Amino acid sequence: MGRYVIRRLLQMIPVFVGTTFLIFAMVYALGDPVAAMFGDRAPDPATLARIRAELNLDKPLLQQYLLYMGGIFTGDFGQAFNGQQVTELMGEAFPVTARLTMIAVGIEIVLGITLGLFSGLRRGRLVDTLTLISTLVVISIPVFVIGYLAQYFLAVEWQLVKPSVSSAATFDELIVPAFVLAGLSLAYVTRLTRASVAENLRADYMRTAVAKGLPRRRVIGVHLLRNSLIPVVTFIGTDIGALMGGAIVTERIFNVHGVGYQLYQGLVRGNSPTVVGFVTILVLVFLLANLLVDLLYAVLDPRIRYA
Amino acid sequence: MRGAKSAKWVVGAIVVAMAASACGGGSSDEGAGSGDGIVTAAWGDPQNPIEPANTSEVQGGKVLDMIFRGLKEYDPKTGEAKDAMAESVKTDDQQNFTFTLKKGWKFSDGTPVTAKSYVDAWNYGAYLPNKQIGSYFFSDIEGYDDVHPADEKSEPKAKTMSGLKVVDDHTFTVKLKEKFSTWPQRLGYKAYSPLPQAFFDDHDAWLKKPIGNGPYQVDSFQKGKGMQLSVNESYAGDSKPKNKGVELKVYTDYNTAYNDVLAGNLDVLDDVPAGQLANVESDMGGRYINQPAGIIQTLAFPLYAEGWGTKDAAKVRQGISMAINREEITKKIFQDTRTPAKDFTSPVLGVPGGYSEDVCGEFCTYDPKKAKQLIEEGGGIPGGQLVLSSNVDTGSHRDWMDAVCNSINNALGKKDSCRVNPVGTFADYRNQVTDKEMKGPFRAGWQMDYPLIDNFLTPLYKTGASSNDGSYSNKEFDELLGKANAEADTGKAIKLYQDAEKLLVQDMPAIPLWYQNGSSAHSERVDNVKLDAFSVPVFKDITVK
Repeated sequence: MGRYVIRRLLQMIPVFVGTTFLIFAMVYALGDPVAAMFGDRAPDPATLARIRAELNLDKPLLQQYLLYMGGIFTGDFGQAFNGQQVTELMGEAFPVTARLTMIAVGIEIVLGITLGLFSGLRRGRLVDTLTLISTLVVISIPVFVIGYLAQYFLAVEWQLVKPSVSSAATFDELIVPAFVLAGLSLAYVTRLTRASVAENLRADYMRTAVAKGLPRRRVIGVHLLRNSLIPVVTFIGTDIGALMGGAIVTERIFNVHGVGYQLYQGLVRGNSPTVVGFVTILVLVFLLANLLVDLLYAVLDPRIRYA
Repeated sequence: MRGAKSAKWVVGAIVVAMAASACGGGSSDEGAGSGDGIVTAAWGDPQNPIEPANTSEVQGGKVLDMIFRGLKEYDPKTGEAKDAMAESVKTDDQQNFTFTLKKGWKFSDGTPVTAKSYVDAWNYGAYLPNKQIGSYFFSDIEGYDDVHPADEKSEPKAKTMSGLKVVDDHTFTVKLKEKFSTWPQRLGYKAYSPLPQAFFDDHDAWLKKPIGNGPYQVDSFQKGKGMQLSVNESYAGDSKPKNKGVELKVYTDYNTAYNDVLAGNLDVLDDVPAGQLANVESDMGGRYINQPAGIIQTLAFPLYAEGWGTKDAAKVRQGISMAINREEITKKIFQDTRTPAKDFTSPVLGVPGGYSEDVCGEFCTYDPKKAKQLIEEGGGIPGGQLVLSSNVDTGSHRDWMDAVCNSINNALGKKDSCRVNPVGTFADYRNQVTDKEMKGPFRAGWQMDYPLIDNFLTPLYKTGASSNDGSYSNKEFDELLGKANAEADTGKAIKLYQDAEKLLVQDMPAIPLWYQNGSSAHSERVDNVKLDAFSVPVFKDITVK
């Protein structure tokens, strides 16, 4: 088990190098950002050359990348154009997005699994049909539509919440954005749990458990749910990474100054240190989440072992 | 206990994950709330650090406007340049100027504003190694080429410009390279602000919390999030702020800011997003402002490209201008937030300042028949097809370009005589324009630096000028500008500028499309919201109920 974890952690190193280079090359391909700093005015060539030299933009791609990586190993992630260190941006943005993601995942787990369990147990009944229809609606409407509608009705029409999240981004302010962010995955979690529960209801060990005379609560809670959760855990694990990176739309609508905001700003301005730095961290989060999922399999299903 | 052992490793992995992703704690302070006389306003994250000579966009400009006063300031209503810190400006030959400062002015850190504050600030702005993107504002001063050589590879020969001399604490002289009578009127632009000694002593600290001499002072500044400003008690200017302070909040999406204004969560939004224009009047009632700003959009032609530089091509360009139905496009696509252009300047200059409704005349009026005739006389569109280029990542550029193309196609009676070439990002687009890679007309927007007719002509159309993207060159035009600059009488000078402008109509190096309006919406909590000639809210006059 220990060896397995260490091996998986070591595998992240080449992935880290590969992704940083790919992203670096892609932002590079977006073009030279310096001319855009001057707005609609033609930049004066001497100043332009100085700024390019300072940002290493006058050097070939590979050399730029090596200089950037060299910086990273000494703890220097570079600077955004407004003069802020990228590490500082990360320190501000990641806690906010992590909070948002945690609430969203919490909603997914609690609501999604409960709903899925109920509709799985009562297949074909009213609860099941209602769940299926409502999740279908959520899946078919794009996130930004749900986001703007939620914002307009909850905040502007009924004045229940504020339309935007303040820079402190406290837990209660993030509940509405988290619901919007979680919406799609919530629907998937519900459907996955439902299908898995429905299938396992017919399994042999279920019949055995009931025949043994175990109380219904224990049959469902331990024997049925624990075995039904494997696909759901896989989904939620990969979803953590997707939610953190995919919060761009939601963060924009509710003015949350998190990872999505910084990534958007970095992309629009063509600032490679910001984009590469943030995406690299997101890749690492994704990899670690996947590792966690693999390890959780062993907890959920005693038949799975790692050596 | 297989399960428990696995769980231990899960916890271990979680710890690693936390260490990797959540380094750095959440540090953010909640801004001042409402009900305390503080105006909250929408803001965008300034692109560059906030420094007078390094700010070219409106978001950083908004802050500079509040925390700095230069020698001149522009009247929010008329755009006229009036003395702010200048006691007097004297010149005998339109080339050597003596500036005397008013006494008693202080920076918000308590140090006095002296002649040295100006001279040091201007020298800093011009000096090449400081990499200030607005350094060309000082390029008319003698000695600029020594501190800021035009060539990419040469090093500056001097650190200070020879044309600037401190006489005493409250007097300094400026020698320009050439005669330029209206030069002092541009000194209301914030790049010409004075800087305190603290700026030079501890630059990083200053950038974190800028210190100026304007009506407001910065209390706290969270980059990328917001800024709190309070009234600068030591401000020595005429009108003091009528509120207790301003809080700027960064918004990624102005639609959110709009909803915040509707919900009473934000007071002032200074740019109503395009998607809300259709309903803004019913949403806001009388709390919506839509007025001309000093911005003109044109379609510039690559006179360096094949087919566009010939003599006959001028006729084609005039024809294309007449094939564009400006009235309809500004109404349908921009909901009247643009005004069809009738000259190369802007209505904010006012008629005495050089704006004229009849400079362009018939050539800016929709006339499909004449348009077709002119284009044919000029030998048709070079290359057979007109390709319009612009970045399409912001604004409604794609929409209006399609409309312009449709208008041209209809006028010429051919479906494919005009096509749109959308460029994905602004940066990429600007690179293509700067590298002179355009083959057909391209979008050229111009936001004035100061409300003077010179600013709409010289930088854009003078031979070799900084924003002459189409490489237009006309000796007669250059000579008229030179004469206008040397003319001591402002009225006569403006006449000469207008004469030069008439040459532009003949040559049509760019087609004036429309003047852009500034817009704003505000909540019921505030009153007296006005926009100045730069379409920035006049924060100091806003009152809180």
